[in-house]
Amino acid sequence: MVVPYKPYGQLALLVLCPPPYRIIRGVDIFLQQVANGLTLGSIYALVALGYTLVYGILGLINFAHGEVVMVGALTALAASKFLLAAALPPAVVFVLAFLLAAAVCMALGVVIERIAYRPLRNAPRLAPLITAIGVSIILQQLAMMLWGRSYHAMPQLLPETAFVLGGVQITMIQLVIIGVAGLTMAALLVLVNRTRLGRAMRATAESPSIAALMGVDANRIIVLAFLIGSALAALAGMLVASNYGIAHYNMGFMLGLKAFTAAVLGGIGNLAGAVVGGLLLGVIEALGAGYIGDLTGGVLGSQYQDVFAFFVLIGVLVLRPAGLLGERVAERA
Amino acid sequence: MTALLEARNIGKRFGGVRALQAVSLTIQRGEIYGLIGPNGAGKTTFFNVLTGLYPRDEGEVIFAGEPLPLGEPHRVAQAGITRTFQNIRLFANMSARENVMVGRHARSKVGVAGAVLRSRAQREEEAAISRRADELLAYVGINARAGDLAKNLSYGDQRRLEIARALATEPQLLALDEPAAGMNATETAALRGLIVRLRDDGFTVLLIEHDIKLVMGLCDRIAVLDYGQKIADDVPAAVQRNPKVIEAYLGTTA
Amino acid sequence: MSAGMNNARMPRNVQLALAVIALAVLPFMVSAGLGNTWLRVLDFALLYVMLALGLNIVVGFAGLLDLGYIAFYAVGAYVYALLASPHFGLHWPVWAILPLGALAACGFGVVLGAPTLRLRGDYLAIVTLGFGEIVRIFMNNLNAPVNITNGPKGIASIDPIQVGGHALAQPLEIFGVTVPALVLTYYFFLALALLVMLAGLRLQNSRIGRAWAAIREDEMAAKACGINTRNIKLLAFAMGASFGGLAGGLFASFQEFVSPESFSLMESIMVLCMVVLGGMGHIPGVILGALVLTVLPEAFRHGAGPVQQAVFGQVLVDPENLRMLLFGLALVAVMLYRPSGLWPDPRHRQEFNSR
Repeated sequence: MVVPYKPYGQLALLVLCPPPYRIIRGVDIFLQQVANGLTLGSIYALVALGYTLVYGILGLINFAHGEVVMVGALTALAASKFLLAAALPPAVVFVLAFLLAAAVCMALGVVIERIAYRPLRNAPRLAPLITAIGVSIILQQLAMMLWGRSYHAMPQLLPETAFVLGGVQITMIQLVIIGVAGLTMAALLVLVNRTRLGRAMRATAESPSIAALMGVDANRIIVLAFLIGSALAALAGMLVASNYGIAHYNMGFMLGLKAFTAAVLGGIGNLAGAVVGGLLLGVIEALGAGYIGDLTGGVLGSQYQDVFAFFVLIGVLVLRPAGLLGERVAERA
Repeated sequence: MTALLEARNIGKRFGGVRALQAVSLTIQRGEIYGLIGPNGAGKTTFFNVLTGLYPRDEGEVIFAGEPLPLGEPHRVAQAGITRTFQNIRLFANMSARENVMVGRHARSKVGVAGAVLRSRAQREEEAAISRRADELLAYVGINARAGDLAKNLSYGDQRRLEIARALATEPQLLALDEPAAGMNATETAALRGLIVRLRDDGFTVLLIEHDIKLVMGLCDRIAVLDYGQKIADDVPAAVQRNPKVIEAYLGTTA
Repeated sequence: MSAGMNNARMPRNVQLALAVIALAVLPFMVSAGLGNTWLRVLDFALLYVMLALGLNIVVGFAGLLDLGYIAFYAVGAYVYALLASPHFGLHWPVWAILPLGALAACGFGVVLGAPTLRLRGDYLAIVTLGFGEIVRIFMNNLNAPVNITNGPKGIASIDPIQVGGHALAQPLEIFGVTVPALVLTYYFFLALALLVMLAGLRLQNSRIGRAWAAIREDEMAAKACGINTRNIKLLAFAMGASFGGLAGGLFASFQEFVSPESFSLMESIMVLCMVVLGGMGHIPGVILGALVLTVLPEAFRHGAGPVQQAVFGQVLVDPENLRMLLFGLALVAVMLYRPSGLWPDPRHRQEFNSR
């Protein structure tokens, strides 16, 4: 895939990275933050892909997507505990737990699409937005009822080793996240750009009616988009839970919002954009949280970390709504 | 007669496509000016640039002696050019009268404070707006349907309503985008009568049309566009005989 | 028209008189029949009516999606709290602070709206959501290095409203009758809610209201009619924000305590649902939506536990969970089966139901 050169990403980094002659306490710390950011960003990218797949084809923001991630995380957590208790080796547990979580999330995604979105395909934009909010609430409440309000500890399935590369500490989990996410995203891009099915998806995204004339069943493609997105959500959920060691009913909201920001940043509807946007947002957030104390002379601290994503969102939508890799869309008369 | 509108070298590109290239034309006050050309010639693009919907790439427009603020539709309307749309854009869920009252927006001024306090000035202005709306509905002939929702009007009545709404903005130049589209012979004749009446009442009319008979019989002068360029600009009789125009519409003889 | 029985509606004056009497005695009936807790709920309901009417201007009249409306409520509440509590030791009079709060909220509205109102519907919704969260996060964290908002602990001991020298938190002796504080608050809030409603009605049927409706219907055509859509949309946003700020100030003085918890995304969503489920753009519908969505959840919260106890012998599901679950289900159900709301504008019903 050719990524067109747009300097906005670099500009953003430049604005947020402290000038070397004044503030950098050490290149190591900077790189450490970048490494952390890439881990975080990989997760954002996985979730952002789900948003962008659905938006590209339906033109709809799947508000409930973040909650699907949460369900994936909690399901993987519960499955891991159960399977570990059955004395299976951790690596096997990892894979099985993921498969189970993916199955649950994919089923959930299909149900949501069928019940909450399909009947409202032709309704004004507000209607599917409200149902999405409703589904989001329902999922959160069900999770609360099933798993309670407490924070659940995710069993450690991956070895706790940490590597030190050039002054930067990277844990096994972080490597796995970046690696697995990277492979998955590459596979998805290959699917969409090199296979017949992918062509059908792109055609439906461009124009469902014309794609239908070519024999593409739009409904099946839409269901497929939800299936893939939900599977990615399950993966992301499991990886997040592994990274932070915990999962709870409320983890989906912020994550979903930030992943959506990432999708918009990269150019909503654009798969490569979701990847770029996710990674970039992760790095921006990590660098921002790391340096905000220095930048503001101690006035603002890292508890404002969440705010970065929102400012990025507002900034992108106001200054360059098409995102980094998106196309300029002129308003039609 | 003084020139009301002078478009100079209007150019517009969409990516690699040159939709308009150095289009210049002059419209005199009080005339009916036609803009014709084969499909895709750039007529509606010119309209859209003129009325501010598209930003132009080159050129300028002098209107009533002042440069026109191209690129901002509401300021173009406030300056005195109002348009109708090829595919009729009415406010579907508002009544006919309300549609026309919206047209009075730019020529009235009561704001939030006046509305909330319902001051004397506000009540008087509302009454004036309502009266004027009824007058205009009668002028175009649909006052019997003043209270009906715009989406429930017949096609011909909707076209008339759009013209009434445009008149409410007190334009000096009325730009009509294919007003006769979809009309039968009777309706077209009635429309012709309305446009003549508009001209007689002091409005200047710029008209895009495909109905050649209507255009030739109605317009004082006609400009012809082809592939984004103006190829003729003359009285109807001359335009009809212009070889370039014939070639554009019919192609060359083998 | 049926023959025989006269089904003609009562003359307008009689309807109005009955309504006035009903509204006047309502607090006494509620307090006598249901208790003071419910009188408090009624007072809150009036606050939400004001909020919903304010958001209705943004969403219902102008057609702009706002998912962060509660931020304006928060601004109004905190302005009041900062200027009338022991926190800074300021005790400014209510007739000064309430307008100030509304003005501050209006300012925030303009700052938020100016760059963002040209965005498409979904995007505007997400941006406003982000803004609401930003405000909440700042309220939660602006307690260091300089303590402005006192962070998560919130600000307490806020001065109650003084009307004519009498604090609304104290009962009033009038003509030998003791009027309880909650009833006094009810009348004060009712008066303000009626004023907000009146303002909304007048705006709807004015030049500006028509411009909002035009923009909602077809923004391009509205521009072609000479409407400066950017400014008119900003006006809707600013007006909605002002009413939100006003309600916020009242909230702070009524509860005598504010904290960031009260201004979460869920609250924004609630108010939006009051407008949408009630009947977007239709003032009676919006008022109904606000009342239903304030009273029903409270009724549920009080009843769900005992009902489960009676039926199952134990409380199976936390009433709070159940309440929110049913709310989510209701959202989906209403959008699927009655998207124009409980009491829509007769015209808009068609607009929404054309599927």
